[in-house]
Amino acid sequence: MDTAATLASRPVVPAGPSSGRAGQPNASVTALVRPFGRPLGHLDLLESLAIFIIREVAAESERPVLLFSGGKDSAVLLHLAAKAFKPGKIPFPVLHVDTGHNFPEVLDYRDAQVEALGARLIVAKVQDSIDQGRVADPGPVASRNRLQTTTLLDAINQHRFDAAFGGARRDEDKARAKERVLSFRDSFGQWDPKRQRPELWQLYQGSVRPGEHLRAFPLSDFTELDVWQYIRREQIALPSIYFAHERAVLARDGLLLAVSEWVSPAGNEVVENATVRYRTVGDATLTGAVRSEAATIDDIIHEVSASRISERGATRGDDRFSETAMEDRKREGYF
Amino acid sequence: MPSPPPGGGQELGGDTMDLLRFATIGSVDDGKSTLIGRLLFDTRQLFDDQVDAISVASERRGLGEVDLSFVTDGLRAEREQGITIDVAYRYAATPHRKFVIADCPGHLQYTRNMATGASTADLALVLVDAGAGLREQSRRHICISALLGVDQLVVCANKMDLMEWDKSAYQKIVDQMGALAHTLGLASCTVIPISALNGDNVVERSDAAPWYDGPTVLDSLESAQAGGWASQHGLRQGNGGRLPVQWVLRQPGGGRSYAGMVNGGPFRTGDPVIVLPQGQYTTVRSIETADGPIPRAEVGLSISLNLTDDIDISRGDLISSLEEPPTVTDNFEATVCWFHDRPLRAGDRLKLKHTTRVTPVVVESVEGIFDVNALELQVASELSENDIGVVRLRTATPLALDTYKVDRITGSFVLIDEITIATVAAGMVGPPRLQS
Repeated sequence: MDTAATLASRPVVPAGPSSGRAGQPNASVTALVRPFGRPLGHLDLLESLAIFIIREVAAESERPVLLFSGGKDSAVLLHLAAKAFKPGKIPFPVLHVDTGHNFPEVLDYRDAQVEALGARLIVAKVQDSIDQGRVADPGPVASRNRLQTTTLLDAINQHRFDAAFGGARRDEDKARAKERVLSFRDSFGQWDPKRQRPELWQLYQGSVRPGEHLRAFPLSDFTELDVWQYIRREQIALPSIYFAHERAVLARDGLLLAVSEWVSPAGNEVVENATVRYRTVGDATLTGAVRSEAATIDDIIHEVSASRISERGATRGDDRFSETAMEDRKREGYF
Repeated sequence: MPSPPPGGGQELGGDTMDLLRFATIGSVDDGKSTLIGRLLFDTRQLFDDQVDAISVASERRGLGEVDLSFVTDGLRAEREQGITIDVAYRYAATPHRKFVIADCPGHLQYTRNMATGASTADLALVLVDAGAGLREQSRRHICISALLGVDQLVVCANKMDLMEWDKSAYQKIVDQMGALAHTLGLASCTVIPISALNGDNVVERSDAAPWYDGPTVLDSLESAQAGGWASQHGLRQGNGGRLPVQWVLRQPGGGRSYAGMVNGGPFRTGDPVIVLPQGQYTTVRSIETADGPIPRAEVGLSISLNLTDDIDISRGDLISSLEEPPTVTDNFEATVCWFHDRPLRAGDRLKLKHTTRVTPVVVESVEGIFDVNALELQVASELSENDIGVVRLRTATPLALDTYKVDRITGSFVLIDEITIATVAAGMVGPPRLQS
């Protein structure tokens, strides 16, 4: 499709400001049509802005780090960071906050990706925070989702990181929808949603004082569908659990959980072998699978386009604690 | 009948949809968040679990019906008070267009957040209570968004159901807006009679107003000019390419290339360029991207430029085509929107971020406050919180500036408090950007 031609021929239906009558064409608007070139598509614009943000933050902060979970959004983020500095290497390390409740496929994937890019990997383990008495041990099978915050903030302090890139998107959650691209954290790691910095134009203002840090979200304007379309266009590798596979699962609290060393049937719970895939990757004790036959990226894009349930709604137990579960965790310093 | 779900399993528009950014503005309680909730609900952009969640939240607050404003008012404090404190970004798509929606707060005290949402908008969607008419706060927001360069306006005369679809209530807003749009020099202004609560003329055409045959809100959004808030003014004025340098990339085998986002006009291989503020001339040897060299870089693309001469260039410098290059100066007049509770006065020292450069700045003088009702400058010696005024600034290092009217990137800056390091003002180079 020639988008330029479509733009030029698209009917413009403004009211004439002086006539006050709707539906009259306004000649002055046609002057807005691009006089040359082919406009960039939405994926070009999203990619370009993300690269711009990554370069700005890398230039203005002293010790940036990229948060990498092995999920699709952080895969896209890592890919964009590599593109931003090509032919050079990514000029900051990659941090994985490891809950210890991992899908083995995701750890293999993480190590392969980091090695391929020649990036430096730092792993901050929730288990270490438990062993050091920084957080109470919730028991071997309980979720470690909320404990990650302490581990993350400790790692940021220990390495004196002043900026942390994350793959969060605004379409994921209503609290994320409110967050700036550069989101300021005080010396306790807290987000104050009522006192966010104005963020005008593309003037990302990333100055912080010692002990404070920024979270930077270059994928803010990507939707779930954009991420998948971008993965397809860029042929970004993903952990195998995103694609349909056979797995032993059980239904718990409306989630389809994989049977693992941390999740085993209790009471009346029944284990079944189902064809499933994951829409998100998180702590294995509360990240649910969805029944799906989608084996390719095209299948997944087809499925995402038709889905009536949001990505986190379908798969994340961590958002179900309360109406404002994400806001509450973000205030404490969560991703 | 609501529209089918996004694509109904069929992918929308493939990889090449265009992208329209719009901001919803207007006074508090005129129904901005409800309209966005309605727009998303009726175009079936909301997922079932999201609809369930807002139903439960509405019920818990003793509301009889589902409160669609909860779709965007996501913070605990917002739901308690039923107001919008900060911008919420929402996303929608129709077959060939993707929308980034900035739902802005209406309260005066949150003007900085409203400006955040409007600064990157291609279009402003204004909500006006048809019963109350155009309030001062709506007028103020329309003026701020016009000053910020948003020159496509879609005005929703809302709550027409409460006015029993009385055409004269609509006509009154049409007349008020017509005069204002003319004074502000807007490119387009469409006024649509709607009920955000019931969905009339939002996505579906309403039978309630047979006297209206103009577009619905969605029609207007689909036919508006998209294509990059940052570039439209540059393109219209026909100025040349600008590349504020973000980062210096070392190329294998020696050379360097200068990374940044193209603005103002495209660059082509072989273009003669000037490096500012130094004022050195050279030529584009090649345009590099992570996917390989390209012969021509469009506005909005992140690229790096490889130049034929070995010149000392670092972050903060600007590479410009020779066609109408920016002006290099350390002393200039600017329109600022002041966000701090401490007033801005002559002699104040701050930091200024313009494109990719941060420099100390001193306020030489405050020329006046811009009166958004009279649309004229009035004498004043200081700016209070949320005032828009004209100041003269002197920077420690010279800057390569365009006026904001010509270019929203090279004509804009923010002021930063040196102690709290907070962003305390939005600045636009030149006098207030109004046509008349």
